[in-house]
Amino acid sequence: MTRFDRFIDTFFKPEVMQQYWPDIVSGLFVTCQIAILVIVSGISLGLALAILRSYGFKVINLPIVIFVDLLRALPPLVLILILYFGLPNLGINLSGFLVLWMVLTLVLAAFAEEIFWAGILSVPEGQWQAARSTGLGRFQTLIYVVIPQAVRMTVAPLTNRTIAITKNTALGMVIGVPELLNQATTAQSFAANATPLMMATIAYLILFIPVVYAGRRLEKAYAWRRH
Amino acid sequence: MEQILFQFFNLDIMIQAWPIMLRGFGMTLLLCIVVIPSGLLGGLVVALASTSEKRWIRWPVAVLVDIFRAIPPLALLIMISAGLPFAGIRLSPFTAVCLSFLLNNSAYYGEIYRAGIESIGTGQDEAARSTGLTGFQSMVYVILPQAVRNVLPDLVSNTIEVVKLTSLASVVAFAELLYSADMARSVTYNASPIVMAACFYLVLLWPAVRLASRLERKLST
Repeated sequence: MTRFDRFIDTFFKPEVMQQYWPDIVSGLFVTCQIAILVIVSGISLGLALAILRSYGFKVINLPIVIFVDLLRALPPLVLILILYFGLPNLGINLSGFLVLWMVLTLVLAAFAEEIFWAGILSVPEGQWQAARSTGLGRFQTLIYVVIPQAVRMTVAPLTNRTIAITKNTALGMVIGVPELLNQATTAQSFAANATPLMMATIAYLILFIPVVYAGRRLEKAYAWRRH
Repeated sequence: MEQILFQFFNLDIMIQAWPIMLRGFGMTLLLCIVVIPSGLLGGLVVALASTSEKRWIRWPVAVLVDIFRAIPPLALLIMISAGLPFAGIRLSPFTAVCLSFLLNNSAYYGEIYRAGIESIGTGQDEAARSTGLTGFQSMVYVILPQAVRNVLPDLVSNTIEVVKLTSLASVVAFAELLYSADMARSVTYNASPIVMAACFYLVLLWPAVRLASRLERKLST
C-alpha cells in the first residue's frame, strides 16, 4: 500500500463513510436543532436583560452584573457537569439535551447582555432627550429610538460570539447528547477508523464556514464605527 | 435547602477532595502557561502573514484561519488525540491538548492582532519607513505597539476564553482541574467537587473578567 492509499484508508475510507453517513447526518440535525434553539433563546434573554438594566434599578442591576460575570468566568463544561450530575441527586432529572440547551442559553445570554448594554450606552444622551421630548415614554424610546441604533453597533461582536458559543454544542458529547461529535466518536470506536471524525469535521466546516465568513464581512462593514 | 447544601456545597467532601483538586489546579495553571504564550505568539505569526503584501502567503493563511475558527475546539482536540493514532501518530494527552489549542488559539489571536494592525493608518508605516526603518522594524517598533494597545480589550477577553478552554482537556483524560473534580464526583456521587472547581475558575478568572469589561468601557468612550 502506498502512503497515499494508507492516508485515504485512515481518514476517507469509502466503506466506513457509506455505513455511517446516516448517523453523521442525524448528529448534524441534532447539532443544528440545539444551535438554533440556543441562538433564539440566548439572544432574546440577553436583550431582555439589557433592556431591564437600562431602567437603572440597583436592586435588579447588581444581580444582572453578577450573573454576567459568573457566566463569563466559568467554563461551560463545568456548568454542564454541575447541572447534569448534580440535579438528579435532588430528584430533578433533566435530559442531556435540556442541560446543554440551558447552559449554552445562559452563557450566550450573558455575553449578549454585555454586548447589547455596550450598544445602548453608545447611543448619545441627546437621542433619549429628543425622543422623550416628543412625548415617547421610556420604553417606547428604548424600542423605537435607542435599540435600532444600538443593534447596528452590536451586529459584528454578537455574530462572532454567537458562532463561538454555538460551536460549544460539541460539548454535548460529554453528557451523551446524540449530536454530531458524539455520533462521530461513537462510529469511530465501532469502525476502528478515523473516517467518521473526518466526516464530522467536514460537516462542521460546511455548517460554520459560511457563518464565519459572514461574520468577517460584517466586522469589516462596521469596522469604522469602532475607532 | 439542606439537600442543596449537602449535594452541592458539602464541606466534608470538599475537604477530602482538596489535595487532588489542588494538583488538578496546578495542571490547569501549567496548561495556561504553555497555551497562552504559544497562542499569542502563533497569533502574531498568523497576523503578520495575513497582512502580508504577498498574495501567496495571505490567502492560504486566511483559509486556514477560517477552518480553525469553524471547527469546534473539542472536535479538533478529539481529532488530534483519537484520530491521529489511526495514522500512526500517537501523542500524549498533554501534547495533543497543546497542539490543538495552538491551532485554535492562533487563529483567534491572529484575527485580533490583524484587526489591530489594520486599525493603524498606512501613514504610520510610511513615516517609519522614511526615517530609514526596514519594513520589519517599522512593524515591530511602530505599528505593533499601537495595534496591540487598540485591541487590548479583545486580547484580554480572548485570553479568558483560552483559560476556560483548558477545561476541555478533561475530555481526553488529562488530569487538570475539571478532570480531577469529575473523578472526585464519580467516587463520592456528589457534585460538590465540581462546584469547588467552579470556585477555582472564579478565583482565577473573575478579576480578569472585571478587567476586560473595564477596558472595553474605557476604549469605547
